[in-house]
Amino acid sequence: MQLESLYQEIILDHYKHPHGRGLRDAEDPADRVGEAHHVNPTCGDEITVRVATDGATLHDVSYDGMGCSISQASASVLHELLTGRGATEAFEVHEAFLALMSGRGQVTPDEDVLGDGVAFEGVARYPARVKCALLPWMAFKDAAARAGVGASPTEVKA
Amino acid sequence: MTTIAIPPGMPQYDDVPRYDVTAVRADFPILDREVNGHPLVYLDSANTSHKPRQVLDVLAEHYARHNANVSRSVHTLGTEATEAYEGARAKVATFVNAPSVDEVVFTKNSTEAINIVAYAFSNASLRADADPRLRLGPGDEIVISEMEHHSNIVPWQLLAERTGATLRWFPVTDNGRLDESGLTDLVNERTKIVSLVHMSNILGTVNATSRITARVREVGALLLLDCSQSVPHMPIDVVDLDADFIVFTGHKMCGPTGIGVLWGRMELLAAMPPVFGGGSMIETVTMGGSTYAAPPARFEAGTPPIAEAVALGAAVDYLSGIGMRAIQWHEKQLTAYALDALGTVPGLRIFGPEVPVGRGGTISFALGDVHPHDVGQVLDSLGVQVRVGHHCARPVCTRFGVPATTRASFYLYTTTEEIDALVAGLEQVRKVFC
Repeated sequence: MQLESLYQEIILDHYKHPHGRGLRDAEDPADRVGEAHHVNPTCGDEITVRVATDGATLHDVSYDGMGCSISQASASVLHELLTGRGATEAFEVHEAFLALMSGRGQVTPDEDVLGDGVAFEGVARYPARVKCALLPWMAFKDAAARAGVGASPTEVKA
Repeated sequence: MTTIAIPPGMPQYDDVPRYDVTAVRADFPILDREVNGHPLVYLDSANTSHKPRQVLDVLAEHYARHNANVSRSVHTLGTEATEAYEGARAKVATFVNAPSVDEVVFTKNSTEAINIVAYAFSNASLRADADPRLRLGPGDEIVISEMEHHSNIVPWQLLAERTGATLRWFPVTDNGRLDESGLTDLVNERTKIVSLVHMSNILGTVNATSRITARVREVGALLLLDCSQSVPHMPIDVVDLDADFIVFTGHKMCGPTGIGVLWGRMELLAAMPPVFGGGSMIETVTMGGSTYAAPPARFEAGTPPIAEAVALGAAVDYLSGIGMRAIQWHEKQLTAYALDALGTVPGLRIFGPEVPVGRGGTISFALGDVHPHDVGQVLDSLGVQVRVGHHCARPVCTRFGVPATTRASFYLYTTTEEIDALVAGLEQVRKVFC
């Protein structure tokens, strides 16, 4: 069944057993903390992502939200992939995930870079669901910018 | 089992008008197609309906044989196009029993129709000599309900912002009915307009309007009914409804997109200032100022959706040929069947009336904690097309504490087999997610 390419076991597993869920305060009080709340206006999915960083390393990427299996599993994978990473490296992963999701199924993901994120390859073939997968990653980008790392916060939404 | 005989002389069960659904389905070319390797099961007619060949043919025929602009040409094609366009207006007027054909204003859709009324109020509010019923200011009130489509919320929020008037609303009960308990307080001498949905696009509820209408008349306010979901599915008579305005849209009633209707009582339309300015809506234009045409032309600036209007006329003919009473009864039977069938699905919760009374064939539900997007995706893989999301009625979702719902909606071509396919699909959803 083609549906299995969308709902891969890894995605369903992250959805049913999310990693690192819940918004957390920074362990190190010296860390800068940035937070962003994004919604998908067509379906009402919501996510809040919080980034705690000293500017070089992302000490924590925490999140809370509600939504479909794709958006929630994506947030779990985001947390797993980016927590503890160097900021530069984290944005390389971010870019690789965006490239995968905008690839309409034509991009072969690199498991060394994307880890469980490779499971979203099938999602890229469903244009209506790409936004679900990207929701936490877009919120992450804004949260990181607010914490002073990554891209300039030109497109930061409330 | 006991059989209850209906006494002779009373309307008998078999007196209800019926039609052959298989024959009707043969009129809709799209129903033959497959989706993801399965026969199409289209349960999204509240979103947009399909179009029968009779409508598609008229649309093509208009462009192929009679194409010209309307109301401004003396040539033969222009005359044919104008006659077809005005003929469609007459058909629509008859369909909703409008006392005058000039009370039917063609618009782009229901949204535009509501906005025309709201902006006419707005424009009237700027003129001291305008009809006082149309003038709004601080202290005046607009009343809507919590079960409205966004198209019957946002235009009134904007009108309230522009005029300083206050927006108030009827709440919704736990059963998905309009809560009329606060009627006399909500609709009072400060109320200028009450704008309500006739049939909810998310809950399926058909609102009984007579108490509200009586109260609206008592306080001298005006009543607009959003009939986008009712005109396609049941006989509608504007005289019987005793509304001041109704709006509906062509694409939900077997017609094309891009054509909708504002019906208004003539003396009100005549009192309303124009909203869009341009060609066709004027009486005379000088560089110093203009005077305006009588309704409906006053509200139809520019070249209208001509072919779409003509095709809407064909859709009205098609529906009338089958009979709106028969369509209403068919959908009532489907709704009763679907409510029973969905009741057998473990963990399924229906939002809106759970009995097939005072409701139409639009059913929203949640399946356990499974997100509606996931429900819709699995159903789509089986060819079953439902709508998922907030259905442009976010306040209803908030009222019932969910971000979104899954919605199945029926029409004259829907069969009980399609409802069975939905229920079977929901089992598949449960296998993946529960």
